[in-house]
Amino acid sequence: MTSSAVCSHRDPMLKKRDDFEDMLEERRNSSDLRYALRCYTPVVYKGLAPCKANQLKNMVLQSEQIHYVINQVSKEMGKAVDEVQEEVSSILEEMAQRLQLSTVRFFAFTLSKVFKTLFRSICVNEEGIQRLQQAIQEHPVVLLPSHRSYMDFLLMSYILYTYDLALPVIAAGMDFMAMKFVGEMLRMSGAFFIRRSFGGDKLYWAVFSEYVKTMLKNGYAPVEFFLEGTRSRTCKSLTPKLGLLNIVMDPFLKGQVYDINLVPVSISYERILEESLYARELLGVPKPKESTSGLFKARKVLSEDYGSIHVYFGQPVSVRSLAQGRVNRCQFNLKPRHIPRRPSEDIQSFVNDSAYRLVRAQEENMVLKPWVLLASLLLQNHHQNQAEGQKRGITLDELTESAVWLRDLSRHYGAFLHWPDHTPPSEVVASSLSLHQGLVRISEGRVQLALEQGGQAKPEKPHSTITPEEDLLSQAVVVLSCASYRNQALHVFLRPALLASAIHAASSNNKQDIYNSFSFLRNMFSNEFILCPGATIEDFEEACFLLVKTGALQVTQQEVVVTERGHRTLTFLTSMLDPFLQGYQVVCRFLCEEATEALTEKQFVPAVRKFIIKHLLAGRLRYSEVLSSDLQKNSLAALLRLGAVRKIKGAEQETLKVNQVMVNSLEDTLGGKLPTQKAAVARL
Amino acid sequence: MDPSAPSLHKHGSSMASNSSGSSSDRQRVAQQRLRIIAGHLQRPVDEEAAVLAAECKAKGSKADVPKVTEEKTVPRRRQEIMKWNGWGYSDSRFLFNKKGQAEFTGKRYRLSGMIIPGLKDWMEGTFGASMQHKMPATPILNSDAVKPPTLNEAFVDDLKSTSIPFSHDAEDRVFRSHGHCLHEIFALREGKVGRVPDMVVWPNCHNDVVKIVELACKHNVCLIPYGGGTSVSSALECPPEETRSIVSLDTSQMNRILWIDEKNLTAHVEAGIVGQDLERLLNESGYCTGHEPDSMEFSSLGGWVATRASGMKKNIYGNIEDLVVHVKMVTPQGVIEKSCQGPRMSTGPDVHHFILGSEGTLGVVTEVTMKIRPMPEYQKYGSVVFPNFEQGVACLREVARQRCAPASIRLMDNEQFKFGHALKPQVSSLFTSFLDGLKTFYITKFKGFDPNRLCVATLLFEGNREKVLQHEKQVYDIAAKFGGLAAGEDNGQRGYMLTFVIAYLRDLGMDYYVIGESFETSVPWDRVLDICRNVKARIVGECKERAVQFPPLSTCRVTQTYDAGACVYFYFAFNYRGLSDPVHVYEQVEHAAREEILANGGSLSHHHGVGKLRKEWMRETISNVGMGMLKSVKDYVDPNNIFGNRNLL
Ligand SMILES: Cc1cc2nc3c(=O)[nH]c(=O)nc-3n(C[C@H](O)[C@H](O)[C@H](O)COP(=O)(O)OP(=O)(O)OC[C@H]3O[C@@H](n4cnc5c(N)ncnc54)[C@H](O)[C@@H]3O)c2cc1C
Repeated sequence: MTSSAVCSHRDPMLKKRDDFEDMLEERRNSSDLRYALRCYTPVVYKGLAPCKANQLKNMVLQSEQIHYVINQVSKEMGKAVDEVQEEVSSILEEMAQRLQLSTVRFFAFTLSKVFKTLFRSICVNEEGIQRLQQAIQEHPVVLLPSHRSYMDFLLMSYILYTYDLALPVIAAGMDFMAMKFVGEMLRMSGAFFIRRSFGGDKLYWAVFSEYVKTMLKNGYAPVEFFLEGTRSRTCKSLTPKLGLLNIVMDPFLKGQVYDINLVPVSISYERILEESLYARELLGVPKPKESTSGLFKARKVLSEDYGSIHVYFGQPVSVRSLAQGRVNRCQFNLKPRHIPRRPSEDIQSFVNDSAYRLVRAQEENMVLKPWVLLASLLLQNHHQNQAEGQKRGITLDELTESAVWLRDLSRHYGAFLHWPDHTPPSEVVASSLSLHQGLVRISEGRVQLALEQGGQAKPEKPHSTITPEEDLLSQAVVVLSCASYRNQALHVFLRPALLASAIHAASSNNKQDIYNSFSFLRNMFSNEFILCPGATIEDFEEACFLLVKTGALQVTQQEVVVTERGHRTLTFLTSMLDPFLQGYQVVCRFLCEEATEALTEKQFVPAVRKFIIKHLLAGRLRYSEVLSSDLQKNSLAALLRLGAVRKIKGAEQETLKVNQVMVNSLEDTLGGKLPTQKAAVARL
Repeated sequence: MDPSAPSLHKHGSSMASNSSGSSSDRQRVAQQRLRIIAGHLQRPVDEEAAVLAAECKAKGSKADVPKVTEEKTVPRRRQEIMKWNGWGYSDSRFLFNKKGQAEFTGKRYRLSGMIIPGLKDWMEGTFGASMQHKMPATPILNSDAVKPPTLNEAFVDDLKSTSIPFSHDAEDRVFRSHGHCLHEIFALREGKVGRVPDMVVWPNCHNDVVKIVELACKHNVCLIPYGGGTSVSSALECPPEETRSIVSLDTSQMNRILWIDEKNLTAHVEAGIVGQDLERLLNESGYCTGHEPDSMEFSSLGGWVATRASGMKKNIYGNIEDLVVHVKMVTPQGVIEKSCQGPRMSTGPDVHHFILGSEGTLGVVTEVTMKIRPMPEYQKYGSVVFPNFEQGVACLREVARQRCAPASIRLMDNEQFKFGHALKPQVSSLFTSFLDGLKTFYITKFKGFDPNRLCVATLLFEGNREKVLQHEKQVYDIAAKFGGLAAGEDNGQRGYMLTFVIAYLRDLGMDYYVIGESFETSVPWDRVLDICRNVKARIVGECKERAVQFPPLSTCRVTQTYDAGACVYFYFAFNYRGLSDPVHVYEQVEHAAREEILANGGSLSHHHGVGKLRKEWMRETISNVGMGMLKSVKDYVDPNNIFGNRNLL
């Protein structure tokens, strides 16, 4: 049933994927009330030790782990054991879910109404559901959905309820708790709340991890959390967070359960509810604090058409088979298992690798809509025209032709594309454009991004008073929104695009040079994209394979040569990556030119944003998407990782210390001005 | 259960014995034992051996051991009374009779001559085995399959001059080429024979061994000590790469109790004596060692020392290392022994511990001084049923914590509980099936125990009557705290019988395409449940992966308790129809199971030893330095690898 093969097949075209069923269809044809009240009898884990939600708290309180940590903390802090115990109780109180079927029924009813107005369909792969059902009986299950919207976890529970599957308990961020009522509702539908940061808080960590493990080990409910840690505002998968994954793998590693099934779930929205919200957030318009009233304001969204949702339940991944031959479980033999300790290096790297594989598995099963391809094309067209000062936009025919070309290419690359093959392409394009009319304009038969009015953002001031900067930002909202759709397809093109850029940057056709360049770029961007650690060679080979397969490249022992017909592909691919290349260079430039001694990490984003705005307005930079704080943070993280920037503990705050020489040479290498070898040397 | 009606059947009664006496009369027990061996004694005694034995004894012993000591259970030609390709006595085996009912043949055991009605269903249900699909063993050893011996002529010549008996008869050699691992027996049943010893020698006493070892060193001959041949670690297998002449040194004729010291409660015994003889002979004088491994009918004192064996009553008497006071071992460097019999010494690392567990790699254990105890006055079986295995383990843990474990306490999981039921004989005064049925009803229906989850602990109490009853109460009180219900003596007794007949049952399984084996480990208390669950699940998973068509039997029991942990014993068997290389599949699964054990904090072995089967894990088990220590001892004691069975290292 489960498989360890999380990684892609050799030829991604041969990947087998399940079919979808629209679960809203039945909702449109039968009573929601009856549905909400119907008999619910999910199958359970075969080793289930039945218990109630409030018993869980006691089990945690009485566990050896917590006893140990309570005593430890009490000794260290000089507090009475009772006092610490009280603390534990209140942490649990704050954290614990109170899953109730009645609340879920309530949601089942209301969400049915909401979903039917918002979405055309909610498509689920039912074979995946069957696999999950099986998996739930065999071993404790961890559900790992992708995270693009607030909706995700309600949607997950809604689906599981619909298919009569065990309802999950869900790790949620504390920010929800700000909304008192909603928070409690979510709690009763299975959410448990974790503080966003509890760095060195031993007690909190112990309680939290014991709570999760208790639910998992006993098969109380599937445990659900988001590997990416937070909603991805860019629709790119985020580098996985390891904390919870570490926790849920622990019972297996310590032999407390035979195995654990990890089930990656890919949720793709044709249109994301938070679309422009995210863009503005990335641009630095502060995110509205999640408040109940704020959510209700979202009411206006109810009047819009958000297309369809695809939810793909991936193959369950057995932790046991992931660990087979990788982890020596004997390392836990010599110390009582309840004494907390730092995971060893091999466990850390195992969890890290697993996390990447799982995110990759999410990516691979993410359904892509034709619009994703259109957005990619329109963005490229936008930037190209901007550069060449041409007439804006692209004719519908041209766009359709390109889209069909890209459709075929992406399929060759294994994309999970939902392109209605029986509809004429022009219709497919037209209907995609109409769903996203907030982002595109069609006039005189030409399609272009809807930049003039600042997209959906309503101009609050009369036109005349808008500053160039404001105009830039409002345009950027549209560009970033579009980019968020393009980003959904990034994982399909990423490896070939890295290769294309490497070919572009390398001074020769020499395979080794190109590999070096590839490896450099891959390393540089490993905070930006999901690139499995240590898989450079595999990625390079995969990229070569795909480009050779589609006739874009010829690869021999020594050489990599672009074919005549390959130019279009390579141009497309390099253009796709170019905003990132440029973005990283600008960040480097900023650090070299403007970073002061006292620059803190907090100040970094506003400062670099100012710098970029300057460059954009001066026309020295064309990609307004570089304004995305996500990109800025990622590039800083990369530079920190590479040691080109260091954090220095200051008197009050940590400051960023820039190694000018190194940053400079990285910038030049990114810009193709320096061969990769040099950069490699500089890196050392 | 009526505590005033003590049952005095020795659990050993499931060993060869026909009677079911209920008196505590020592004499009577001794009589029973005598009858057991009567069968063996009917065959002609080997004249030569008798003479030699007399000679050796004249030097050794002046003890007033009864005359009966002369009788030997194990003849030189073992194949005359034992199966050459299966377990135990030739006359005792399971079969399906004409009516299709399972039956145990012979007269030696309590179960002998009885019908076991449930066994067929159990085999069909558990393994998907079918009476239609039979896989009989090759009945007779084909001597042509045995390679002619590689003899070291000079060694043979010198040996002849010592007049120590020897043989290079094919049957004798094949018999000593194996222990009782599945692959070994499976091959024999198919008539396949690999590298076997080139000859067998039967020393009669310590001095004979000294001579043999000297000659072996002189002529560079490889020696493999052979005790009872019950090894389950491939320890007796001849290394196929060995080019020298291999001589199997069969200790079976060194089987005398040389003296008994009643003041110190010790007995000095030749190492070839098998367990049943040792107990029988000591019983005659009112003593016992209390060392009762399940293989005690055939395994030998020297074998126990060489493998660090464990007996089921270790809670009272200790394991072999606790029982040994003094050991004599003949090595290529000479004889090693301590100069006194002090009960404990601080004289550097205990050299006995180089000998204990040396698995025949350093020399031959020839004589052992062992602790003895007066025979227990009173014995009582018992059993407790728990609603589930978790509760059972918790109870055993508590019993260990209070250090009140009975002579034996074993917890069987649900599968083994059912297995035990399948082995109920039809009619018997001992197995009161009506009452049993009532009890089953009581447990499953009234108390709400789930018949698919409940498990049973079997108990054996020993000692003086009053104390036993007191002890019994204490244990049952603890059990009650964990939801345990007393389930009668018969259930307990049957549990112990099971372990004695299991090896016979394996032969029956093999007749019907079912192969299986047991293996064991020791593990800290807090991991007992985890290891049981995970290893059983691993076995099931591995079988599935290897296209074993029917789910395997994968079951365990906790067989020993210690202060800091327990010994866990696994049985694993499956129907191999449809598999082209069942033994290989079997070995892969066992290998995986062992990896699982180690990954769950279990030891490489609690008592079966390492042999060649588990060698690959030795280094990670005892560390590089540990290996170096053992290796340097081997290099010093036996630089030319005369004891070349290649176990352990
Ligand atoms: C059905 C069954 C039940 C078993 N139950 C138990 C049990 O309850 N407890 C337990 O501990 N084991 C048990 N065993 C395993 C086995 O019986 C023990 O390992 C036993 O100690 C082996 O003794 P043996 O005389 O048969 O030795 P062998 O099988 O003949 O030899 C075992 C090893 O010891 C060496 N050896 C034998 N005699 C000497 C000697 N005199 N000097 C030096 N080396 C020697 C051999 O070279 C070999 O390496 C069981 C085995 C079976 C088949």
